[in-house]
Amino acid sequence: MALTPILTAHWDEPDSHTIEGYRRHGGYDMVPVTLGVHPDDVIAFVKESGLRGRGGAGFPTGMKWGFVPQNTGRPNYLVVNADESEPGACKDIPLMLANPHALVEGCIHAAYAIRANYAFIYVRGEVPHAIRRVAAAVREAEAAGFLGTDILGSGWDLTIVVHSGAGAYICGEETALLDSLEGRRGQPRLKPPFPAVAGLYGGPTVINNVETIANLPTIVRNGPEWFKQFGTEKSPGFKLFAVSGHVERPGIYEAPLGTTMRELLEYAGGVRAGHELKFWVPGGSSVPMLTPEHLDVPLTYEDMAGAGTMLGTGSPMVFDETTSVVRAISRWMHFYKHESCGKCTPCREGTFWLEQMLERFEHGTAEEADIETVDEICEQIAGRSFCALGDAAATPYAPALKYFREEFLAGTHTAASELFDPVASTVFAGAAAR
Amino acid sequence: MTVTSSGPSSPATQTVDGVTMSVDGVDVTVPKGTLVIRAAEQLGVAVPRFCDHPLLEPVAACRMCLVEIEGQPKPQPACAVTVAEGMKVKTQVTSDVALKAQQGVMEFLLINHPLDCPICDKGGECPLQNQAMANGRGESRFDGVKRTFPKPINVSAQILLDRERCVSCARCTRFAEQIAGDAFISLQERGAKQQVNISSDQPFDSYFSGNTVQICPVGALTSAKYRFRARPFDLISTPTVCEHCASGCGLRTDVRRSAVLRRQAWDVPEVNEEWNCDKGRFAFGYQVEGRLEHPLVRDDEGNLVTASWPEAISIAADGLRAAGAGAAVLTGGRLTLEDSYAYAKFARAVLGTDDIDFRARPASAEETAFLAALVAGRPVGPTYSDLESAPVVVLAGLDAEDESPMVFLRLRKGARTRGVRVFSVAPFASSGVSKVQGCVLPAVPGDEAAVLDALADEASAHGDAAEAARLLCEPGAIVLVGERLAQSPGALSAAARLAAATGARLGWVPRRAGERGALDAGALTGLLPGGRPLGSDAARAQAAEVWGVDVAALPAEPGRDLESVVAALHDDAAAVAAADDPSAVERAVRALVVAGVEASDLADPAGFLAALEAAPFVVSLEQRHSDVTQRAHVVLPVAAVAERFGTFVDWEGRPREFSQVFPAAHSLSDARVLSMIATQLGSTAFAPDVATQREELAAFGSWDGERAEAPSVAGAEPVAVGHGEAVLATWRQLLDHGLLQEGDPFLGATARTAVARLSPSTADSLGVADGADVTVSTDVGSLTLPLVVTAMPDGVVWLPANSDGSTPRASLGAGHGDVVRISGGAA
Repeated sequence: MALTPILTAHWDEPDSHTIEGYRRHGGYDMVPVTLGVHPDDVIAFVKESGLRGRGGAGFPTGMKWGFVPQNTGRPNYLVVNADESEPGACKDIPLMLANPHALVEGCIHAAYAIRANYAFIYVRGEVPHAIRRVAAAVREAEAAGFLGTDILGSGWDLTIVVHSGAGAYICGEETALLDSLEGRRGQPRLKPPFPAVAGLYGGPTVINNVETIANLPTIVRNGPEWFKQFGTEKSPGFKLFAVSGHVERPGIYEAPLGTTMRELLEYAGGVRAGHELKFWVPGGSSVPMLTPEHLDVPLTYEDMAGAGTMLGTGSPMVFDETTSVVRAISRWMHFYKHESCGKCTPCREGTFWLEQMLERFEHGTAEEADIETVDEICEQIAGRSFCALGDAAATPYAPALKYFREEFLAGTHTAASELFDPVASTVFAGAAAR
Repeated sequence: MTVTSSGPSSPATQTVDGVTMSVDGVDVTVPKGTLVIRAAEQLGVAVPRFCDHPLLEPVAACRMCLVEIEGQPKPQPACAVTVAEGMKVKTQVTSDVALKAQQGVMEFLLINHPLDCPICDKGGECPLQNQAMANGRGESRFDGVKRTFPKPINVSAQILLDRERCVSCARCTRFAEQIAGDAFISLQERGAKQQVNISSDQPFDSYFSGNTVQICPVGALTSAKYRFRARPFDLISTPTVCEHCASGCGLRTDVRRSAVLRRQAWDVPEVNEEWNCDKGRFAFGYQVEGRLEHPLVRDDEGNLVTASWPEAISIAADGLRAAGAGAAVLTGGRLTLEDSYAYAKFARAVLGTDDIDFRARPASAEETAFLAALVAGRPVGPTYSDLESAPVVVLAGLDAEDESPMVFLRLRKGARTRGVRVFSVAPFASSGVSKVQGCVLPAVPGDEAAVLDALADEASAHGDAAEAARLLCEPGAIVLVGERLAQSPGALSAAARLAAATGARLGWVPRRAGERGALDAGALTGLLPGGRPLGSDAARAQAAEVWGVDVAALPAEPGRDLESVVAALHDDAAAVAAADDPSAVERAVRALVVAGVEASDLADPAGFLAALEAAPFVVSLEQRHSDVTQRAHVVLPVAAVAERFGTFVDWEGRPREFSQVFPAAHSLSDARVLSMIATQLGSTAFAPDVATQREELAAFGSWDGERAEAPSVAGAEPVAVGHGEAVLATWRQLLDHGLLQEGDPFLGATARTAVARLSPSTADSLGVADGADVTVSTDVGSLTLPLVVTAMPDGVVWLPANSDGSTPRASLGAGHGDVVRISGGAA
């Protein structure tokens, strides 16, 4: 399959992030059209397109909107999850830098559909440059009359609030995000009630990923049939694939869903010269890893599930043979332990324990029985924790053990740094050799 | 295990909204909305849990209660999932999945737990320890480095926190936020570093902080009072009832080697649920310190010396025999129902006097009439559960958080969960009003009658008062009056009128634990037991029959209250000095029997002490040395609450019987001592035992005969205050200089700092800024306190009535409603 630059089509233009640059290619043209139809028609339109959430879970967007009750006496809210923090994921932040108006316009379509007069964009706090871009885009859109009161004479109001997070991975979990947005400590909420029923400030709330929302202007402009020509029946559309790791040209490749990793590797110039693929992770650190034998599995929600993993955020990380899988898992575990919010026991204590156990493998001080113990700890976390963070922390170990058991066995006597020179897997390793 | 259903409709009888589901293959029908963990309890299946608490909202954080629910891919927390028709739940009893999940969670909980059970106060009664033994692995597989914290930290003067023991169940923080409304502790930090803590500038100052120690499922929260004092298995526990206020809280009193070491809230769903206040929990040192151990009598030189019981009883009897019907009986407000009954009977049947008053506080004839007409001997109600479901509760002269903490908690529960509207007739919105989302109907002290009268007429009321007036006419509306109204002429009359006009139910919430019982027992002039009017022939005949005396021997005319007795003693002294008033002999008070009266509690402390000195003969029945014992001719030591059993009647009118903590105590109850005196006086029908007293009270039964009319005293004209003057508003804080809080310094350190309150414009008129000193003075003396500018009527100054640095009765000779001088700066 060929690349399909749609969201990324004009990223190379110097003013792609401005309203002029955006409007030059038809941006905001469809706002009056949307405001001229019944909100339910917008929902139906998006349902028809088959758009699925791009944040990781792949939930059908139109269906999610359809859950929102009307006339509850409380305002409805749209919340955009721009807290992109998953190790390996780097698609929303470039999008917000290069094309923030696609997000802003998407918010207009979505908020209108769910009858929200307030939309909140919760941006990861560590990317102030992206926050500035989005905030500037909101100001520009306001100045142009696409936001504010009585938008384009429709009688409909929309205010977009750009909110900066404070550096917690957990706040990417949608209910923790809501708590954080309300000024509380970011910890996931008990469900039910689900956010669609009682979310932000107790109002019915839709929470969508940046990329999901940024897809909307193109769908509204070109129609569901156009959208469905990309991808597969169950995974329609195109996707920003953020390829990182040991490839020649890491970056964002926009391609239809169903593209294979082999194709993405080709776009990215292949595994870096002189090296070969060891394993790869299709959707951020929270999904199970795959090996070269899976290179031809289509990158769709359903095919990834069939291969025992998940499409996730669609951010493949590529690791070549210089990588110690033990060290990689150990790093991730450090991340999850650091980011566990502390609310539930399995995640709080389990990640604390797992980090120490994996350090032993990394330092070559583990015992053989530890291999089984770690597996059991992961089993005690997965499906037991309050939210998906614990599940994510428990995910990487089992497939790593399945594919690379010998490295864990080596961890009972030899440090990973002796088996795999850490320098060899760095980006500057080649430079040193040269 | 806590009973979660409250009220008469037990789950078993509720079949209308019943949901039938199964737990471990056994069908059970429970009300819709029941949590799976409660449904399992109904079948006797205890799913292990830490964060779950039946009175707190579910949080599902600890994951200990994971169970298997058919159709669900993952184990579910039983504490957060509500039942559904046909749901099939398998707990650890029948499901390996559930068992494995629970064992996994338990293993996790222990990896960062210090396992210092041998030195932990909770060891032996610890849910973590118990459930680790029942559901955990014998050996931990964790051999890494545990997280540690410096220990302990004081989250308040009373409460200490050992963070490394904490399992982050959030019970304490949820209690503070949801139940008490004092969200001064919270979870902070992240991951394994997550910890309960306070903010740097605000300790956990809550009247209810001790409850967090009790509900902590590990030993993370401990009290300075009990920390390192005992092991739970060395304690002997007795169910008791709190003696500190009229809330009637059930307690568990724990004793080791003849010393009370701890008191905890008992689970009494209809009264205190599972909570109590810190005073009830921690203030019991007074029962040990300063106790009288032997009877005392005056020697030839007038010194109090130790005497034998027979000698002291004999002297007391002689003195009282000489006084005859000229004796008066002042019982204080802290006695049990049975003791108060004994005094009521002793006064009428033995001494032949009706000069009896249980009120050791400012009172009034209007209050006497109010209590006789509307409260004495009335059936239980309004009740705590009525408060929870009332459309509106109007508090008049009652600061529930300070004066009856369980009333406050129930109002808060009602306001939070059922939208109960609370209005407070008071000068300002105290924290207790704010925390029940209450609304103040501003009243200058002395003006309460007018404010209450305005509520009786919805049409002419304005603003908040109109809303209150409208709601008061709805079924279930409640008006609660406090003891402060007795100091505001016409206020109790107005409250009675308001209840009559709107149909609202009236509740009288005294501060002291013994007042309602004393009232019901007839320890008030004009009243025989059960609310019987002394003036009623039928009532007197009944009393004579129960007491086995000739009806002619009983006084037929209402006697005098405390204030009149004191006045009579002063008059007598004057008359004797003048020696020209023969009628003084007729109405002279020739002896006093005083029990548990503290001079500083009265409207005129100095006058009372002078009266004691003027009295020809004073018998004091007391637990501890006091101003009264120093002036008595005979001092007879009596039992503290832990040394006897009996009954307190709470503000609802609910009898709250309690057991004896020290069965081998040598001390004697008041009733027992009175029976000894009565016997010495030749009375044959004065039983010493509580059982007989209860039988006699039962023999009286309820009274459906005539009653006095409710009082209709006119309200006072509003007081005009000039510049530099203000009307004093004052009431007691829960934690203050109260005598029963002596000997408990940690508790005392959590008392609120005394402040003076003025309205913004009154403060401006004095040129005093918030936080600066303001001086309140009278001809008697002055008090200087930091000012808190408060939204309240102009020309009013509020001071706490008995706190560190603020004792207006003693220092100013002024009380609620009196005019005082105010000025900026120190005196």
